[in-house]
Amino acid sequence: MLSIEARGEPSRLWTALSPAIAIGLTLCFGAALFALAGRDPVHALYVLFIQPLTDLYGLTELLVKATPLILIATGLSIGFRANVWNIGAEGQLTVGAIAGGGVAITFHESGSALLLPLVLCAGIAGGMAWAAIPALLRTRFNANEILTSLMLTYVATLLLGFLVHGPWRDPEGYNFPESRMFPDAATLPYLVDDSRLHAGLVFALLAVAGGWVLMGRSVVGFQLRVSGQSPAAARYAGFSTTRLVWFALLLSGGLAGLAGISEASGTIGQLLPKISPGYGFTAIIVAFLGRLHPVGIIPAGLLIALSYIGGELAQIELGVPASVTGIFQGVLLFFLLGCDLLTQHRVRLSGFRTG
Amino acid sequence: MTAPLVALSNITRSFGDVRACDGITLSLERGRIHALLGENGAGKSTLVKIIYGLLRADSGSLAWDGRPMTVHGPAEARALGIGMVFQHFNLFESMTVLQNISLAVDSAGDMTRLRNRVRAVSATYGLPLEADRHVHTLSAGERQRIEIIRCLLQDPQLLILDEPTSVLTPQEADRLFGTLRQLRDEGRAILYISHKLEEVRALCEHATILRGGRVVSRCDPRSETAASLAERMIGHRPVPARRRAAGGDGERIRVAGLSVRAADRFGVTLSDVSLAVRRGEILGIAGIAGNGQGELMAALSGEAPCDPGAVLFDSQPVGGLGPAGRRARGAVFAPEERYGHAAVTSMTLAENLFLTAARRLRLTRFGLMRRAETGAAAERVIAAFDVRTTGTGAAASSLSGGNLQKFIVGREIAQDPEIMVVAQPTWGVDAGAAGIIRKALRDRADRGTAVLVISQDLDEIFEICDRIAVIAGGRLSEIREIDRISVEEVGLLMGRSHPGQTGSGLTDAVD
Repeated sequence: MLSIEARGEPSRLWTALSPAIAIGLTLCFGAALFALAGRDPVHALYVLFIQPLTDLYGLTELLVKATPLILIATGLSIGFRANVWNIGAEGQLTVGAIAGGGVAITFHESGSALLLPLVLCAGIAGGMAWAAIPALLRTRFNANEILTSLMLTYVATLLLGFLVHGPWRDPEGYNFPESRMFPDAATLPYLVDDSRLHAGLVFALLAVAGGWVLMGRSVVGFQLRVSGQSPAAARYAGFSTTRLVWFALLLSGGLAGLAGISEASGTIGQLLPKISPGYGFTAIIVAFLGRLHPVGIIPAGLLIALSYIGGELAQIELGVPASVTGIFQGVLLFFLLGCDLLTQHRVRLSGFRTG
Repeated sequence: MTAPLVALSNITRSFGDVRACDGITLSLERGRIHALLGENGAGKSTLVKIIYGLLRADSGSLAWDGRPMTVHGPAEARALGIGMVFQHFNLFESMTVLQNISLAVDSAGDMTRLRNRVRAVSATYGLPLEADRHVHTLSAGERQRIEIIRCLLQDPQLLILDEPTSVLTPQEADRLFGTLRQLRDEGRAILYISHKLEEVRALCEHATILRGGRVVSRCDPRSETAASLAERMIGHRPVPARRRAAGGDGERIRVAGLSVRAADRFGVTLSDVSLAVRRGEILGIAGIAGNGQGELMAALSGEAPCDPGAVLFDSQPVGGLGPAGRRARGAVFAPEERYGHAAVTSMTLAENLFLTAARRLRLTRFGLMRRAETGAAAERVIAAFDVRTTGTGAAASSLSGGNLQKFIVGREIAQDPEIMVVAQPTWGVDAGAAGIIRKALRDRADRGTAVLVISQDLDEIFEICDRIAVIAGGRLSEIREIDRISVEEVGLLMGRSHPGQTGSGLTDAVD
């Protein structure tokens, strides 16, 4: 009989190996899936995961998609390490885009150099404000932030829909549900010509560096780690749980808001009814795949970004639905969590007794 | 004469270097209520777990009704006819009484039959219980009845109860005793684990007293006094001649009428606890685990803030402050549980030093950790307290309990405290480390710190403390000079189930 028993302490080997094994299992699963669908599995995996990397445009698109994932996952991982489970980054991203976009639209005739910083700050503030609601509910009423932050996502998406269908609809836009284009002064500069790769990538890298210093060197980061690993020790040392919950939620909300306004201002250039293909949710996978470590999040973000682009290519080249992206991401998280079981537990064959 | 129902012979079981059970021989007769007495750590729980199949003995043999018995787990023990009522219940709060019983009974059958059986058992043994009530609406006594009925449905020959009255009101306890006597009269054997001496005298015909994993006495508790039982349980100990508190009379810690309601069903309510600790002295608080020590520690450390005026440090009210605020006033704390409370097991020793010493040792700058200074401070603690480890980068979990405790006590002392509160400073620590820790506490007091030690270890209290009080049932006895009280008196205060007044009627606690 197979039995699973807890390890005394997590296995370092398995912590490191688990993402690699999960990726391997996901590829096997994908190959089997394509074979069942009557397609050449080797070619299918090539289209999904190699072909996007064969030209400059593909590479820049990879970074475009990795940017919001890395930004959001960095914030989420900091909260997750303190046992603060912000699941509503998608909503904070959306409100960030709304707040920043609102500033851009209001001052659409402005050419001021101050407009872009103002737009970005509004985006960050929007994300923080949206995350402040679960923080308040958690610290005042002990409401589970997983539920509240998740449910607020749907409120945010509906709010964006209402705005672009109604008051913020472009007056010269032939009644399409879109805002007017942001003015140049509110648009993030591009890093590579003829691409959509914008300065948001710089923010993402700065966030990773900042997250690394915060968690590795700072007092607040230390307190967050202690409260995640040993809540009793955090109480004993006198760390304020309330403060740490606020900090983790505002930080992750602010980064999600920055990701949202960077998408709107850099990648899209206006507000649409849907500005994210679910980056806020996918970033949860990125955070765990990157072992909740700022530096692990970069390769994890790139890999998941690849699955987005590969999914688009597969749609064109293989004629499979776009949901193939979601399947790959979901299966990857499934295998990752499965492998993570082995970091905390060991599997033992039993059935005969000793002694 | 027939064979005893259960005969244990020479049972030994070790955990690491500690012999929890050391050659225990014990027989349980039908129609008897047999008490198993002992301080915490005497080996009671280990022995019971061996009987119930939760642990295996390293050596020794068990016989059931004269035949060798091997039980590989609780299910086999139940099939054999052993029932056990644990101290902490294992019930689903949101389910009804009947649903809980059906989940636990190995042969539940259909619900109507089970309901009738429950009703029959409940009526026969005076255990009133409404089958359709939800568990979360029930009192501790009613919950315990569910557990007992669960056991009785299996018609056990041996019923084991682990500290059954610890969660009961005196009235509920009386009721339970009636049921147990009835079960005894039916010819069942009952093993009753307790450290409450009056109860044992009132209920049991036979007692086996354990100390340090060995049987130290077998007696008929009805013909003993509570004092003689306490003495057997605790043992004769040479009391070292101790000088009285040398320090001045400046009062540093005062607790004034502290009352704290129990946080949950298994907590203890503190009632009107008052004490004072002067500079340069060690006050010891003795007591058997689970009598309010954890609650008192939390109230002193600020982990559970209380009335501002109930706790005073240097005459300043600090009851409303959290741990950080109290540390800022020169107090340090070392709670009982090392792994996960006093230390974060997955973090390094340097990080664990930073945990409480960051402010007083100035280990931060611009909101960042000063890693070099932190490492050096941890290095000094390791050297001063002879902590056996690979270095400041070793995870706390890699240290043995004794070494980690040396590090924790060293970490707190390194902060040059004026007030120091330590719970179970040498619990589970080897003799060498215990000596180092006790000497360090004594040295600290001699340098003017007010030290409060909460300990179950009477040897330790008599060795290092200047004054002593006993906590039992959330109440604190009056404080006595250590050379004016005998070990027997302390043992008696510890064994009281409902300590009211102290100082009188010590030898005659049972009517």
